[in-house]
Amino acid sequence: MGSKGFAPEPISGIVEKVEPLPNEPLPDELGRRLAELLGADRVVTDPVRLRTYECDGLTNHRSTPGIVVLPDTAEQIAAIVRECAAAGVPYVARGSGTGLSGGALPRADGVLIVTSRMRRILEVDIPGQRAVVEPGVINLDVTRAVRQYGYYFAPDPSSQQICSVGGNVAENSGGAHCLKYGFTAHHVLSCEVVTPDGEIVELSADGPGYDLLGVFVGAEGTLGITTKITVRLTRLPETVQTLLAAFESIEAGGAAVSAIIGAGVVPAAIEMMDALSIEAAEAAVRCEYPPGAGAVLIVELDGPEPEVAAQFAQVERLCRDAGAFEIRIAADDAERTLIWKGRKSAFAAVGRISPAYIVQDGVIPRTVLPQVLARIDALSAESGVRVANVFHAGDGNLHPLVLFDDAEPGAEQRAEEVSGAILDLCIEHGGSITGEHGVGVDKSRYMPRMFTEADLDTMQMVRCGFDPAGLCNPGKVFPTPRLCGEVPGVRKGPHPYEGKADLF
Amino acid sequence: MQPIDALAKVCGDVRPGEPAEGVLGVEPALVAAPKDASEAAEVMRVAAEKGLAVVPRGAETRLDWGTPPERCDLLVDTHRMDGLIEHAAGDLVAKAEAGQPMERLGALLAERGQRLALDVPLPGSTVGGTIATGASGPLRTLYGTPRNLVIGLTIVRADGQIARSGGKVVKNVAGYDLGRLFSGSFGTLGLIVDATFRLHPVPSAAAFVSCQVTGPEDAFDAVQTVLHSAVAPSALEYISPGTVAVLLEGVPEGVDVRARQIAELLGENAEITESAPDGWGRYPDGTTLIDVTAPPPALRDVLTTLGPETAVTWSGSGQGHVGVPTGSTPEKVATVLGELRGVLSRHRGGAVVRYAPEEVRGEIDVWGPVPGLALMRRVKDQFDPDHRLSPGRFVGGI
Repeated sequence: MGSKGFAPEPISGIVEKVEPLPNEPLPDELGRRLAELLGADRVVTDPVRLRTYECDGLTNHRSTPGIVVLPDTAEQIAAIVRECAAAGVPYVARGSGTGLSGGALPRADGVLIVTSRMRRILEVDIPGQRAVVEPGVINLDVTRAVRQYGYYFAPDPSSQQICSVGGNVAENSGGAHCLKYGFTAHHVLSCEVVTPDGEIVELSADGPGYDLLGVFVGAEGTLGITTKITVRLTRLPETVQTLLAAFESIEAGGAAVSAIIGAGVVPAAIEMMDALSIEAAEAAVRCEYPPGAGAVLIVELDGPEPEVAAQFAQVERLCRDAGAFEIRIAADDAERTLIWKGRKSAFAAVGRISPAYIVQDGVIPRTVLPQVLARIDALSAESGVRVANVFHAGDGNLHPLVLFDDAEPGAEQRAEEVSGAILDLCIEHGGSITGEHGVGVDKSRYMPRMFTEADLDTMQMVRCGFDPAGLCNPGKVFPTPRLCGEVPGVRKGPHPYEGKADLF
Repeated sequence: MQPIDALAKVCGDVRPGEPAEGVLGVEPALVAAPKDASEAAEVMRVAAEKGLAVVPRGAETRLDWGTPPERCDLLVDTHRMDGLIEHAAGDLVAKAEAGQPMERLGALLAERGQRLALDVPLPGSTVGGTIATGASGPLRTLYGTPRNLVIGLTIVRADGQIARSGGKVVKNVAGYDLGRLFSGSFGTLGLIVDATFRLHPVPSAAAFVSCQVTGPEDAFDAVQTVLHSAVAPSALEYISPGTVAVLLEGVPEGVDVRARQIAELLGENAEITESAPDGWGRYPDGTTLIDVTAPPPALRDVLTTLGPETAVTWSGSGQGHVGVPTGSTPEKVATVLGELRGVLSRHRGGAVVRYAPEEVRGEIDVWGPVPGLALMRRVKDQFDPDHRLSPGRFVGGI
């Protein structure tokens, strides 16, 4: 049995990990078989090209894949998975590589299955309010294809111009508007999936039997690879209204959020930025948010016109009551874009005020926001590490940006410590270690702080059902793999390629 | 030690079962009603030690759904676990014990102006039973089913371990979502002991707009008109013999305008009312109830196939129910079911029989084709290797 398949994933460390290039760059037995299946031009073994796949959107975890394959069809993916299973070689699926938790981090001893060639929108069914797409289709392209009919695909992660729907499925992606519209799980009706056995199966939300789709979405690619996705299309709202409110303090902004939610308004989005992130956005994109603001709040309402008109007036009043010293209302799409510009650029903009930074993703019950922010301030003051805060304020999803100078010895470590302490605050207040970026390799070590051993063991029972050999994106989500007991149908004799060639 | 004595040591309410408590005719040897999660865990641990087959029971509103258990050594009744554990109104989140009746939960949440956006088609249903059966009603068109609203779940496994997934924040992608896996799992994976839900504000105004349609084509057109409009209905229902009804919710000035818009779209026989039309949120009449997955384009074909005699309710989300008339022969039910499946397979839908008289059950394929059954069996084997949890109640004999 290929012991490599069971090698524990190194627990993610503080410093950047760069794994050595594979010793054997030429195609070996597995590589040759894959080339036979797909054609040599769909199999990457050249070390220089392999290096371009060494990380996803989270660049501090790197690992050059053993082989990269670029399949065109579900049948090819199934055949690749069967080859990997027979050889006991781990494999990882990758869409656009925009993930922020190392969920698609390749394995040096494994195959990286890239879905970027599978970009067809197979079907648009407006009467049925759904579309069928391949996994490599870009999120925003779904909306582009159906907007003319008055529809869109609701999940809108900030990477939506480049991220893939397959990746959205793996990560259960959200976005600024998931407060009202929910996550990818709520917008996927079925997935065709290549199982770790190499079979093609359709999982659907309301078919007979277990809702395996429900657990597949958000499993971070550890239960199989989706090859076709039926998404629900959402009717475009009749109107969208956006305002920007400036407050002297985060507390005042937080009070406005509480008042809005308390009044029974469900905005499409409520976003908040603190002074430091405003400063960064200003430096980067000149968003010209009101000067002197300790916090800005962006509130967006959408829906039928009479509904939005009434609630928007209410929101405006609640913001003033909470102490907003300036309110700007977008009169048209151009002004709305301007309001969103600062928020959308916030992560990248922090690069203007700091040489390096960590984007954190944690969740707290929204009502404890003031306490948690005070604790983050205290952490920052004690450590001397600056933290800029950007939040999806409506659902308590924090994105603290922890700033450091990577030229300064020890600075990254201090930043990592502060970043980790923020997650501890989230857990302590009954929240979560990730609201949308996923666990991946980056946060698996935090899982035991949020869940008991029995909790994690139970989740992994699902994994054992799907992937008893543990070859499908191993080392992600869970800090320690569960032994699955008897593995049905798994070869126990000598490795099929044993003695013929070094695997990689 | 006898099972009853071993159970009595860990649970304050254990007794022999009674004939009237049979699950589709299978009489339980014992009934245990644990008072909380830790007692439930002990009960399940003892059941594991003694090799007892366990069937969970809430308020028995859907205990006659599915197929009979192969055996039932122990009914675990949740009626003593009936509390609201937490209602964090500011966070729009509530955690309730499995045995809490849905209406009571609704009343408690309403005191703070909030609701769990799930209808209760069968009065008395519990939180746990609603999740275990994946039950929902008209509001599913906007808010979805339990899988969309459960954000945290606590279960007791077959071996008596307590396990939790999710949490009490709405936005959370840490770990696998067992809440969705357990939704509609009919007690075959574990015992649900409590659940945390995302809540919504109770809208300040609501109105129904209904119109009468004549035949499948007309029904389809009315539904399509509403679906593609921008009025954002909370629910859109077809209720046989020929009503299309829309629920609008929001602020009074908004609901007013939107109701008139929809009435105009639906034509002159449309009527705006404050209360729901007859049949709203109820399963159709009949002694055999079929659950259908029928995307909106399938509505016309479904109604054409069934004809006017068979009762149907259907939601714009593409889910519905068919009631086969009382007195239909098993052959007749089998024919209806076969035709339905034929038509629905063309729309990537399906039909599952929820309940049927015993003589009918023997003549039909209750579940229809089950894609992914092999995977389901493997997941089941992991959660319940000895097949003691509601054995035989689910697809493929699971």
